Amino acid sequence: MAENNRAVVKLKEKFASSIIEVVSFRDEVTVTVKKQDILNVLSFLKQSLQYNLLTDVTAVDYLGKKEERFMMVYQLYSIPNKDKLRVKAPVSEGECRIQSASQVWETANWLEREVYDLFGITFENHPDLRRILMTPEWEGHPLRKDYPLQGPDREPYKGRLS
Amino acid sequence: MGVENPLGDNVITTSLDALVNWSRKSSIWPMTFGLACCAIEMMATGASHNDLDRFGIIFRASPRQSDCIIIAGTVTKKMLPVIKTVYEQMPEPKWVIAMGACACSGGVFDTYSVVQGIDEALPVDVYIPGCPPRPEALLYGLMKLQDKIMKDKNSFGNAIGLGSRIEAAAA
Repeated sequence: MAENNRAVVKLKEKFASSIIEVVSFRDEVTVTVKKQDILNVLSFLKQSLQYNLLTDVTAVDYLGKKEERFMMVYQLYSIPNKDKLRVKAPVSEGECRIQSASQVWETANWLEREVYDLFGITFENHPDLRRILMTPEWEGHPLRKDYPLQGPDREPYKGRLS
Repeated sequence: MGVENPLGDNVITTSLDALVNWSRKSSIWPMTFGLACCAIEMMATGASHNDLDRFGIIFRASPRQSDCIIIAGTVTKKMLPVIKTVYEQMPEPKWVIAMGACACSGGVFDTYSVVQGIDEALPVDVYIPGCPPRPEALLYGLMKLQDKIMKDKNSFGNAIGLGSRIEAAAA
């Protein structure tokens, strides 16, 4: 299924060594690539395969579940081909940085700021990397799994006492 | 007696309080300020079916002209400085109504980004439970505030520099 996908065929031709995994689930194709090649893969997808709309940039925290803690997720859409593609790239906690996609799609600017704000992943060559949702003086990154739900300055909820 | 001591403890004082308090409770002008879904219910209360205007309650678009702020919705930590600024811009005397579970206690949002009740920052006069409260509940809360305003003592005398204001305890 995923093997016949037009984008997957082209990516396998050009970036055979960067692709970690190709998964198809309920007709949604996901390509996981190494993070060093993320910018090359994304620009190729935009320039040559007409994935001209970056719908969303987000991340997942796999604390204690995977060797590399974070997974960057890029949701792409091709308006001329009416075709969707999800690109993922693992990011380790020790080297918590990845190339910014804002040179490829302008909209990545704010989307990456959100990921930086809530997950603490740094984007290299980002034009304006600062917090976007939390207040500027906020400490910590709230969507990380080890961030306390009630905030660091409050007692955590211990369930109903009665 | 009343002439030498114009605001002494006699019949003049009580009647002035009654007059001032009556005029204040009959013209509570709340700040037009909504935060979440409670604001929709607040707008519904202001609209023709429930009609807040019949109580003399007219929403004002400026804190300078408001006596009352209805905290209608979830207060996030990012929004709190804005609410504090609006409250500080309101002239005295001023009242605060916490409308709904979120404004009273944070409600279901027991999280890092939400203020756990606006009473952490502002002096609340009336708490209205509900998620969101029905217009009837908001009307009842506003009438409770009117009762409280009627119990105010010497707030007019305090404003012109005679004695101190004795605020009514919770009803």
